[in-house]
Amino acid sequence: MNAPSSEVGHERLLRELAPQVLGAVIRRFRDFSAAEDAVQEALLAAAVQWPRGGVPANPRAWLIQVAARRMTDHIRQEVARRRRETEAFQESDSVAPAFEIESDLDDTLMLLFMCCHPALSAASAIALTLRAVGGLTTAEIAKAFLVPEATMAQRISRAKQSIRSSGVPFQMPGSEERAPRLRAVTHVLYLIFNEGYVASAGSQVQRLELTSEAIRLMRILQRLVPEDGEVAGLLALMLLTDARRAARTGPAEELIPLSQQDRSLWDAGEIAEGVALLTAALAKGLIGPYQLQAAISAVHSEAARPEDTDWPQILALYDLLKRTSDNPMVTLNHAIAVAMVRGPDAGLELLDQLSRDGRVAEHYRLHAVRAHLLEMSGDLDGAATHYRIAAARTSSQPEQVYLLTQAARLSKP
Amino acid sequence: MKYILLMTGTKAGVDTYRAWSERDIQAHFAFLARLNKELTESGEFVGTSPLGPPDQAKVVRAGQDGVPVTDGVFPESKEFLLGYWIVDVESPERAYEIAAKLSGAPGPAGARLSMPIEVRQIMTSRTAELP
Repeated sequence: MNAPSSEVGHERLLRELAPQVLGAVIRRFRDFSAAEDAVQEALLAAAVQWPRGGVPANPRAWLIQVAARRMTDHIRQEVARRRRETEAFQESDSVAPAFEIESDLDDTLMLLFMCCHPALSAASAIALTLRAVGGLTTAEIAKAFLVPEATMAQRISRAKQSIRSSGVPFQMPGSEERAPRLRAVTHVLYLIFNEGYVASAGSQVQRLELTSEAIRLMRILQRLVPEDGEVAGLLALMLLTDARRAARTGPAEELIPLSQQDRSLWDAGEIAEGVALLTAALAKGLIGPYQLQAAISAVHSEAARPEDTDWPQILALYDLLKRTSDNPMVTLNHAIAVAMVRGPDAGLELLDQLSRDGRVAEHYRLHAVRAHLLEMSGDLDGAATHYRIAAARTSSQPEQVYLLTQAARLSKP
Repeated sequence: MKYILLMTGTKAGVDTYRAWSERDIQAHFAFLARLNKELTESGEFVGTSPLGPPDQAKVVRAGQDGVPVTDGVFPESKEFLLGYWIVDVESPERAYEIAAKLSGAPGPAGARLSMPIEVRQIMTSRTAELP
């Protein structure tokens, strides 16, 4: 094995072990914040020592031992500090209980519940999940979000403080709490995936691939709760979306819409995996919004050419999706499906209703979809106007360029 | 979402600032340093930098022959960018709140400067699926 690939192997192993080691150390010392720091130090020690000295026979035990030693040092310092502060300190407080033998799987799931606790802000939960469960360093996370390391370190430390002050215990949530807590976990992983969903490929080479990391964490979660259809649904949705990555942008990093993508560039392996996951999940019943979105994506994936797309089926799926949540973005996509099945005027009628909804009336996407449907209906001037309004309102630069290009295409003299 | 907060002023304004007392200058920069520290602690700080003085500013254009044409003498009333802050925040309202703090930095005798701070969103490279 050559050096670079063994280093990649080490990194992969370390990041797989990270949540298991952390779970074990939290169980023993009951201090999430300090345990998390200790495990980071152990991971760094391994990253330095293993490539030179070789991977120990039991890497998990090695990491737990190094982290536990750090924790003991930390506790000794705390004891000394507290002893200086108060004479009445009980020595027995510092005696750590022995390791409890519990499943590593449960540990990882409990960690996810803790890091994605609803008491945390989205930014905090994302940072903490990537570090504690993903095993990434603060520097790597900072780079992925294009902020200084000191800023990311503060987000992580504030997240830990919130966990401490809200008194979240390191244990499984009760049965009635479990479903909403699981939804909070999937939401955080969904946000991580979206954060990485950028148009440019070339300029991202130096950045951590947040989409790949979200998929990796989703795979772990899916193994932990194989019975949950929405977890399988979100993993399927991520895989089906990621499968189109290479086709989404052209050589100048320009965005290419679904209907014009080179479908031979779609990743057949990811599509097959996503479809298989989804099929198994749908068979179990209890269909939720992630499964429906994945199903819509799967219908697109099945079409060899854009004109082969089964729009009536997509429309039926959007009808179901609209019933699960009152989300105007879903209604927007629903209008496109309506236009594809019943013609652009039927879709435009729905947009007129939407434009009275304050949540979306000013949104660029409403104008982008209106432009698209106006173009379908043959109103090229109207389409160009709305492409330009949409371009002026999006905060995404690649989208702005795309929308202006559409307007220019329709305004040719 | 990331925002850039732009502090602008005129050459005349910068000349006035050059005549501040030592105490006013110290109070002003202590305020800014404290704000930067607060923003780092809240996990929102991305970057900041002051810019060189307006009297050394040049505006460069390419002429039709491609040869640079340089402008250097500007009227006293022209607005110049003096410095910027970049923050990563949860909402536009929070960006405005930080801008108001910046604008309220102390000037002579501790009075709030109330300088105009232009708030602009930094565009992302993230995208949604297109229709």
